[in-house]
Amino acid sequence: MKSSASTREMRRLYRTMVTIRGFETLAGELFAAGKIPGFIHLSIGQEASSVGVCSVLRPDDYIVTTHRGHGHVIAKGGNLKKMIAELVGRKTGYCKGKGGSMHIADFSLGILGANGVVGGGFPIAIGAGLSIKLRRTNQVVVCFFGDGASNRGTFHEAMNMASIWKLPILFVCENNCYASTTPTTYACSAADIAARAAGYNIPGVTVDGNDLLAVHEAAGQAVERARRGEGPTLLENKTYRRRGHFEGDPQKYRTQAEVAEWEKKDPLLRFASILKKKKLLTGEMEKEIRKQVDDELTEAVAFAEQSEWPAPEEALEDMFVNP
Amino acid sequence: MTERILNCAAAVCEALTEEMARDEAIFIIGEDLVAHGGIFGQFKGLPERFPGRVIDSPISESCIVGAGLGAALTGMRPFVDMHFADFVTCAMDEIVNQTAKIRYMFGGQVKVPLVIWAPDGAGLSAAAHHSQSLESWFVHAPGLKVVVPSEPADVKGLLKAAIRSDDPVIFFQHKKLFAREGPVPEGEHIVPLGRAAVKRPGSSATILTYGSGFYMSMEAAHELAGMGIDAEVIDLRTLKPLDFETIAASIQKTNRAVVVHEACLSGGFGAEVSARINSELFDYLDAPVLRVAARDVPMPFSPRLENFVLPKIEDVVNAVRAVTYRQR
Ligand SMILES: Cc1ncc(C[n+]2csc(CCOP(=O)(O)OP(=O)(O)O)c2C)c(N)n1
Repeated sequence: MKSSASTREMRRLYRTMVTIRGFETLAGELFAAGKIPGFIHLSIGQEASSVGVCSVLRPDDYIVTTHRGHGHVIAKGGNLKKMIAELVGRKTGYCKGKGGSMHIADFSLGILGANGVVGGGFPIAIGAGLSIKLRRTNQVVVCFFGDGASNRGTFHEAMNMASIWKLPILFVCENNCYASTTPTTYACSAADIAARAAGYNIPGVTVDGNDLLAVHEAAGQAVERARRGEGPTLLENKTYRRRGHFEGDPQKYRTQAEVAEWEKKDPLLRFASILKKKKLLTGEMEKEIRKQVDDELTEAVAFAEQSEWPAPEEALEDMFVNP
Repeated sequence: MTERILNCAAAVCEALTEEMARDEAIFIIGEDLVAHGGIFGQFKGLPERFPGRVIDSPISESCIVGAGLGAALTGMRPFVDMHFADFVTCAMDEIVNQTAKIRYMFGGQVKVPLVIWAPDGAGLSAAAHHSQSLESWFVHAPGLKVVVPSEPADVKGLLKAAIRSDDPVIFFQHKKLFAREGPVPEGEHIVPLGRAAVKRPGSSATILTYGSGFYMSMEAAHELAGMGIDAEVIDLRTLKPLDFETIAASIQKTNRAVVVHEACLSGGFGAEVSARINSELFDYLDAPVLRVAARDVPMPFSPRLENFVLPKIEDVVNAVRAVTYRQR
């Protein structure tokens, strides 16, 4: 094991992956039960990317996330109660019911927001990176995005700008093989999104995005580089979106056999088996972790469901600081 | 011409099928069109029927619209799908600076037969990035024709007219209305751009509306009838060019007007209509023109908040009662 993470740290990372999986599974159930309005996008199967990347961040570092951002928020320390309350539209949610699944943010944790506009996060990450440079704080920014987003003009503008100004940004492409119904192999000009980094004179790194330690290692190096003032890195985590693009997606664009093939590469099972081989995790401990997570989630749902709905007039609040 | 009952999604599909069969220069470009036949089922069967002419593109809105424009300048008649109207913002230069201005800037040398098709509107708890009604932005950009249909027959007829138009048309359709059904004529049914329709004749006041506001207004008119108020409902259908003749004829008869739309109030299309009525029909007015619209906030997610922000039938009823001095 190349990683520098300690034994306790390893178990904590595993637990975070289990939390994300539990959260996403639960969100799917709540959605199916009609308790979540609108639509939601789950990241089941992509946990190693969220956790691996956020494992190398400090609490004061920033992340910018996407429409599929629950995992990133949890990995950065997001509060499960406030997340579920937001998903079901309550006043106690992260955004007081104004945002929903696609618009969660926690500025106290450096989570600068999920985004309903694909590729909307790149320019924001640039601004955060520039601000760090101007304020000389030694923080970093992680900009999560999908393979689909890499085709937006904002991606190219951001890569170039981050490079010329050597901004402390880690661009993390979660290449999950599809953008909605469109296979990456159709919509992207080359097999590796990371290869595009060369055109902008920054390092491009491709890793197995279902391998927590590989992601942890690569993200760690990129973040160190950024903190040293050497500029951005483009990290591509190759992974797979196991659920539909959104819950309820009929998924006519792929086969169940393909999904099943990727289920075998489950990042949780994979990391658990590594930990078990190293005797860092036992079946007992695993059960205990699952139970703790389940309890936490049950509590979060109870909190959300007992929370008040926002009063209709609250729709008019939060527009301006100085009206 | 026989009529059948179709919903708005099927009306889109029928218009495109007929037009694409008629003219090989027409093609469709946008995101995620082929696998599901469009997210609202509006392109069902088209990819199979017209292979190679329904083109899935990467998530690259600037180039999706720009490609449509470039193709239009070189002899094609592209139909560009924006997926959600909200994403027009990602292609604003291509729409507003390029598409809208090219013919004029270059002294009328070229035609721009481009349709930009954009599902808009709220009511699905899709929150602020997927719920906007943006028509008034484009009314404010000279060079574009702006269409916002409500009923399925108009969807078909206006879409056919838009496709045949040699000028760029931005065509908004409310996503909550895709499932709305109504009679649609078979075959050649064209609704010319720039003509409003009196959908409910009346004598007490004129309700001017379009898109989702139309259904709200018709229900309001029904309620008002029960109170002895006979509202005329005009579906504007095309906001630019605007059929002011139909509006004027109605107001000369009713002397009162209420404008109803789902887009938020400030700077909305209601302001434009109201201003024109004031300057051109002042002598005919017995009451100030009132506007019914959404509140001036981005669309919130939670259903109660969203519902609070959106205009309601009772708002239309109250506005018409106010202009007819029958509040109590
Ligand atoms: C600018 C913009 N265009 C289109 C969409 C509609 N849309 C939402 S998610 C999505 C696919 C995104 O794919 P990718 O970036 O690969 O992320 P993934 O969903 O795979 O995580 C699309 C096309 C959008 N939200 N924003």
